[in-house]
Amino acid sequence: MSSRLLNQIGLFFAALVIVSPAILFFLWMISLSLKFEIDNGAYPPILIPERFAWSNYVKVFEENNFLLYLWNSVLVTGTATLLALLIGVPAGYGIARLKAEKSAVVIMIARMTPGLSYLIPLFLLFQWIGILGTLWPQIIIHLVVTVPIVVWVMIGYFETTPMELEEAANIDGASSWQVFRLVALPIAKPGIVVAFILSVIFSWNNFVFGVVLASRETRTLPVAVYNMLSYEQVSWGPLAAAALVVTLPVLVLTMFAQKQIVAGLTAGAVKGG
Amino acid sequence: MSAIAPERTGVATQAIEGSQTIRLAPNYWPFVVPALVVVGAVIVFPWAFTLWMSVNRWTLGQSRSFAGMENYLRLASDPRFWESLVHTLTYTSLSVAAPMFLGTVAALIFDARFPLRGLLRGVFVMPMMATPVAVALVWTMMFHPQLGVLNYLLSLVGIPAQEWIFNAKTVIPSLVAVETWQWTPLVMLIVLGGLASVPREPFESAEIDGANAWQQFRYLTLPMIAPFLMIALIIRTIDALKSFDIIFAMTQGGPGTASETINIYLYNTAFSYYDIGYGSAMAVVFFIVIVALSFILLMLRQRSQWIDAEGK
Repeated sequence: MSSRLLNQIGLFFAALVIVSPAILFFLWMISLSLKFEIDNGAYPPILIPERFAWSNYVKVFEENNFLLYLWNSVLVTGTATLLALLIGVPAGYGIARLKAEKSAVVIMIARMTPGLSYLIPLFLLFQWIGILGTLWPQIIIHLVVTVPIVVWVMIGYFETTPMELEEAANIDGASSWQVFRLVALPIAKPGIVVAFILSVIFSWNNFVFGVVLASRETRTLPVAVYNMLSYEQVSWGPLAAAALVVTLPVLVLTMFAQKQIVAGLTAGAVKGG
Repeated sequence: MSAIAPERTGVATQAIEGSQTIRLAPNYWPFVVPALVVVGAVIVFPWAFTLWMSVNRWTLGQSRSFAGMENYLRLASDPRFWESLVHTLTYTSLSVAAPMFLGTVAALIFDARFPLRGLLRGVFVMPMMATPVAVALVWTMMFHPQLGVLNYLLSLVGIPAQEWIFNAKTVIPSLVAVETWQWTPLVMLIVLGGLASVPREPFESAEIDGANAWQQFRYLTLPMIAPFLMIALIIRTIDALKSFDIIFAMTQGGPGTASETINIYLYNTAFSYYDIGYGSAMAVVFFIVIVALSFILLMLRQRSQWIDAEGK
């Protein structure tokens, strides 16, 4: 009994050691974002300051147009994810039922392709159509990330759902669409949630598409943070606060939907971009 | 097949003949078509267009002319390209090896039962979900030679201050540290999935036969999770080759060109110099490198599965 307890304590500390780079990083990120310039420049470094600089967060939104960029991010990620679900969920269903899993090779190759090789041709295309300067180029190119994720997750999910109910509905005279809409779709809800979450995270985090396609008014949050770093000589506090604002939605989502994310990633092991 | 009546007849025939061979075949193609159109437009069209651009002399704002293989020949004799290829392969091999080792160790730990396991695993997964640019920004501050917290931590254990990403000699290992910090969790999750599928019985009999922990790991666990290790290896290799956000946000390929990978050079060629013909040729070659390496690893995977099957 006591040796089992010792074993458990040992494992706990081993886990603590291997998790500590993550814990320390996020703690330091929060600390940087809550310190005034003097404290951020102090040596030796200060973890918990005497006065908290909440004003760093106010500065991010007041001086850098962050509300606009937040809204852009919501629009791009939201639209690209909804469009991907709209076309990707039926596609996953069709591919699984057609037993055409081989067609998923296209998705594997799409995953191997560097994001930049989509950017050059699509950049020219958007220029010719004349939609550069709007949010549409970013929404369309984010489909490169979101559609493969949704299709991949949904193929895997529909392959495991039982066929009997669908066959029964079919015999009762339901059309293919009715079978999908009324029988297959309700069962697949957990799979759709997984596809939705992963699609949102990888679209939200995407940087390379925005850095080329976004103009001053159409920046998404990752691009806005990068521009703060490179062009405006601002102090560390507001920079760290901005970084935290960008990544907080994703981290909150990760904490609440850990089970779905783990399931989705280990099944398909997809990552966009 | 969409009309109901013939399908009913089909059922009737099936019932009468009592045969399994006559089946209803609902039409599934309409479900796939919208996705095919979108994938064609945003994924397949860019592939084809890139190929076409790569055989043209084409700088944005200037006229385009057919160039044949000129861009590819130029690539072969471009020292900056070869240098970036070396950087890419160095960066990739390090950013595959470190997360594979640490991720497997982490998976072995998280496969066991101990207090607060769920919470710790949740925190462990967070780096891979965090926005890469935000992560890069905070790491840049931590790497700062004078004010950065990392040099302070080093000074506590008596190691002299480093210049991290600001020195050509240490920039790639420093970037690899960030990449490892972010992507070890993905390896851990995949291997953890493999460990969950490992049966208990062989270990019990090995225990009776007096095998120690290392022997059990080496001769039982490792062969059984080999397919999962291969999947993690393939995914990690593809992602490390393609890595862009962290390198671009932290160094833009600098200092000088010390951390310029193919992806960064490709970006500079296409979007700083607007030489899209040459950039496209680079994209094609880069794509071939990625596919070739993935293919080699896939072959290895097939072999490992085959050996695995032999073993059973």
